[in-house]
Amino acid sequence: MTMPFYVSPEQLMKDRADFARKGIARGRSVVVLAYEGGIAFATENPSRALHKISEIYDRIAFAAVGKYNEFENLRVAGVRYADLRGYSYDRTDVTARGLANAYAQTLGTVFTTESKPLEVELVVAEVGPTPGADQIYRLSYDGSVADEHGHVVMGGQAEQLGARVADAWHEGMSLAEVLALAVRTLGAVGADGSVTAEGEEREIAPGGLEVAVLERAGRRRAFRRLQGAVLAGLLDQPGDRDGAEQV
Amino acid sequence: MTSADTSGRLPDAFLRPGSSSFVDFLGAHSPDLLPGRRLTAGGAPADGLAPHATTIVALTFGTDDGGRGVIMAGDRRATAGNLIASREMEKVFAADAYSVVGIAGSAGVAIELVRLFQLELEHYEKIEGSLLSLDGKANRLSTMIRGNLPLALQGLAVVPLFAGYDLDRGYGRLFSYDVTGGRYEEHDHHTVGSGSVFARGALKKLWRPGLDADAAVGVAVEALYDAADDDSATGGPDPVRQIWPVVTVVDADGVRHVGDDELAGTVERIVAERGAAHRAAHGDRPAGGGTRQRNQGGARA
Repeated sequence: MTMPFYVSPEQLMKDRADFARKGIARGRSVVVLAYEGGIAFATENPSRALHKISEIYDRIAFAAVGKYNEFENLRVAGVRYADLRGYSYDRTDVTARGLANAYAQTLGTVFTTESKPLEVELVVAEVGPTPGADQIYRLSYDGSVADEHGHVVMGGQAEQLGARVADAWHEGMSLAEVLALAVRTLGAVGADGSVTAEGEEREIAPGGLEVAVLERAGRRRAFRRLQGAVLAGLLDQPGDRDGAEQV
Repeated sequence: MTSADTSGRLPDAFLRPGSSSFVDFLGAHSPDLLPGRRLTAGGAPADGLAPHATTIVALTFGTDDGGRGVIMAGDRRATAGNLIASREMEKVFAADAYSVVGIAGSAGVAIELVRLFQLELEHYEKIEGSLLSLDGKANRLSTMIRGNLPLALQGLAVVPLFAGYDLDRGYGRLFSYDVTGGRYEEHDHHTVGSGSVFARGALKKLWRPGLDADAAVGVAVEALYDAADDDSATGGPDPVRQIWPVVTVVDADGVRHVGDDELAGTVERIVAERGAAHRAAHGDRPAGGGTRQRNQGGARA
């Protein structure tokens, strides 16, 4: 009779966390930045159909890195959760906090009970009536939740890129400014996955970017994708070049 | 939230891949929330319990090559028996950015159906990342009306009128329904509700091919005016309370509600024209012929 190997809980959790972290680090980063008029999301994604950034509800959006099939499943569940809640109560009763909790419980349960953790990292963001009321929640593969203030970087090299964004980001930036910062951050990861020095970032054409915003003012549905000429125009504003030179 | 799971994690049904339809999801996960599934006591007739919403008109405008659009308008009255239940009810709603739905029938059920229909379209759009085709939207509405059949048999029928701009074909289209969910594409114009007979008569005379959007708004308001003239359940424009019909325009730019100022002007023009026509026919005398004939039989005053 063979005895099963004893694996300590610490080792088990560490192995799972390493596994999930490795899967997540392989993907390209997503940058989430608050600006004066809302919250902007950007990632390098040449696909026009397979999105990493999506609308969940009127003022709530979702961004993810990691395995597509896993976060797509969570996204659909989030849309169902939000629509069902809004239908049975009221549209105003759907909150990013509630959704983040549901995601956290789901990720946490899968991490501890199933044979493989979900290799995803999520951001659930809700734009409020004022910049102070904006909410950005970052959720990890193990179900831990962080309430972020103003900026998040997820995916490969998230720590190094996050530190750069933290230095450059400040309250009250315009949309063009945060988009320039986002593209600069995304461009800092080279083709081989290494982080380049500041000022030597790759150029990313607007066609290779997936960009969306939650707009504070205006329509009921705050989520809007920025594509084509609109995006190119925003990335090409003279103000940004000045901003880029200061870095 | 109707879920036995108290751990706070998303129920398995939420994570199951498959349908992009909110109605299907609701039917599988919380069927009690679907409007048509609720059974009333013993199947007793329930008409007369709830307010009724009345007349909706819809007509096309523009030319086929110049981008045909659709206008839908509804009066603002809801009735309960011989009483007016509401003077300000809205019965024409934007279903999504490119379609509108107007409802006649049992008001409470109809408004809930519209709410579910709006959500159905938005849910699909969010999950699929693209809009449902206009035929797809019309078919979804058909399914939902069919689901309401048990209630319709008890007298709580809902009869919608659906119009939208077909982005694939490049023109506006119009669909009518019956209580069993039958879907019929209409051409030029259509009406539903208690005053629909009179409104349709007016549309037959007033509508012509190639109307521009402003003229078509005038025709829609005038058709409702005629319906209100002869149907006690249809409300006419109310200049005292400044209540005008709800008028929506759908074209390649999407759905637009016609503003109150524009409608006030349209109503003023129609009333002035009708007044002038009446004076031309009868001078300043009232329509009754001038002398009051109190003992005349017929309708009760």
